[in-house]
Amino acid sequence: MNRRESLKAWGLIAPALLWTLAFFVVPIAIMTVYSFWQRVGTKTVRGFSLDNYVAFFSKTYFREALFNSLEVTILVTVISILLAYPLAYILAYQVPSHWQRLALSLAILPFWTSYVVRSYSWLLVLSAKGIVSKSLQTLGILHDPVSFVNSRMGTIIGFVHFFTMLLTLTIFANLVQIPRNYLKAAADLGASRLQAFWHVTLPLSVPGIMVGAFLTFVLCIGDYITPQILGGNKELLLPQVIMLQIGRQANFPMASALSLILMLVISLVFLVSARYLRLERV
Amino acid sequence: MNIRVLGFTLFISLCLGISFAQSELNALVWCDHTDQALLQPFEEKFNVKVNVKDYEGTGTALSLIEQSRPGDWDVFVVDSVDVPRVAEAGILAPLNEADFPWDDFFDEVKLDDIHFVNGQLYAVPEKFGYNTLSFNNKNASEADMLDLNTLWDAKFEGKIAVYDYYIPTIELIALSMGMKPSDITAENLPQIKERLFELKKNTALIGGVVGVQTALATGEVDIIVGGGEYVTAVLHEEDPSLDWILPKQGGVRWQQAIGVFADSEKKELATEFVKYIVSPEGQARLATSSCYWAMPANSKAALNDEQKAILRWDEQPGYLANSYPYYIPDAELDALMLEAWTEFLQY
Repeated sequence: MNRRESLKAWGLIAPALLWTLAFFVVPIAIMTVYSFWQRVGTKTVRGFSLDNYVAFFSKTYFREALFNSLEVTILVTVISILLAYPLAYILAYQVPSHWQRLALSLAILPFWTSYVVRSYSWLLVLSAKGIVSKSLQTLGILHDPVSFVNSRMGTIIGFVHFFTMLLTLTIFANLVQIPRNYLKAAADLGASRLQAFWHVTLPLSVPGIMVGAFLTFVLCIGDYITPQILGGNKELLLPQVIMLQIGRQANFPMASALSLILMLVISLVFLVSARYLRLERV
Repeated sequence: MNIRVLGFTLFISLCLGISFAQSELNALVWCDHTDQALLQPFEEKFNVKVNVKDYEGTGTALSLIEQSRPGDWDVFVVDSVDVPRVAEAGILAPLNEADFPWDDFFDEVKLDDIHFVNGQLYAVPEKFGYNTLSFNNKNASEADMLDLNTLWDAKFEGKIAVYDYYIPTIELIALSMGMKPSDITAENLPQIKERLFELKKNTALIGGVVGVQTALATGEVDIIVGGGEYVTAVLHEEDPSLDWILPKQGGVRWQQAIGVFADSEKKELATEFVKYIVSPEGQARLATSSCYWAMPANSKAALNDEQKAILRWDEQPGYLANSYPYYIPDAELDALMLEAWTEFLQY
């Protein structure tokens, strides 16, 4: 590449680089610096200290918050995959192609409403006097009103509703790229439909599952709104603990340290799943 | 008309439009000040547009101020207990006591040690209320609610919501143990914490105002610990069974104040806004704001009898005498209280 071509290439990628620098690298650098500062009384003391990180490992409630976040996120991801895969499969293979567009539009309907409004709607639907409890009582399944919110279950239902649709899209996009000839070839070689699915379709759709699962993991573990509204605050997830540091005390150094720990967890998950993350396949 | 004349006319109209443009006032407020019914009379009288930005928690407000340029804000509504620290930080402009109906304010809310710093007035009391108990009087009797200790009764298992703000709630727990909020120390905090933890078995949720309000309104819970008129009064018309009360052990009194930003370039107009807010008309509208109701600081507020009944106006002498202003602990105790609260949430 000659000098002119090189300059042209840099010119083309410069906007993206500047964007990343301004809105990702610089904020993270600032947050990292903050995480080594200290909040003493009402003042932020600059200087290098590992106290915030020591506090994370020494205080049980911080570690529990991280474990709660991991547990909830893993549960949400697994449940969402189990629900999304059959839906994506039906959309890709059973629904006639001219209906697929409408079906996909319906699948992304939850993304059109405000996140907060959606969570409050679930609060009303799942409360003791909500439609779910009342319907189950009418059907004779429940004798007394039961609340499905203000608990971990409420948080998980709220998350799963959203992320099932996200995963459906990534898995569907992957499934429609698998050549049908592969399934015909498997059938010719004597494979049953179940064997063809297990040995051909499922392995080839792993990239779609992994991309969706990774997005679900990232968005779920960092979410504050859903556990705050539907979880009833009876157990804390890490984003809620981060907000507690900021609320009245404006303890941005501790909040920064906790945020970086959260980012570290996400980075580790990325590294583990990186070999399966083929974004071009979805 | 030729195109040049048309262009010139448009240009002149635009310039005139700019020169006669409505002036604006920027207010950093609690959500009760965002009610257009409150702002409209002032906007019409002074031909001004009041831009309001609402926030929760003084920490958030200070962050917003730090990120703003000097002169961006004109009016500041702030938790009364935080007036000294924001005044000392140079955020508030001095005010003239004679501009405000000081004699009409309820004596208990004047709090000279808070609104005056080194003898200079920096903010004016505008509204107050109680962190106490809100309840559904169909499922929890008023007699029960008069005693804070009934909160631990097994009959309320799973029927209690706790307001998610550690300072007033821990202070309420202290009251149930016969302590005043100012009696809380690092030494007795472990006993208060233990009592707080015991409340968890009766607790269905811990949430912000909207969360606990929704839980009470939907029948999810029967009682809100740390609630008060600010949670239930606005729902009263829809469901009169949603009530509030101050128990015999007392409650914690919150209070908000209003002042003018030291860097404001419209201090006169901002002061007029503060005067309007503490006037009888402004006080009535603020007290019954669509975001939340609470008692006006001005005893001459133009409220009607029904509104006064919902606010338990006639019981105020007793309530004021039996309630304690927010006790704000020093930074060390504050950190311990937050730690106790975080453990309670995680318990």
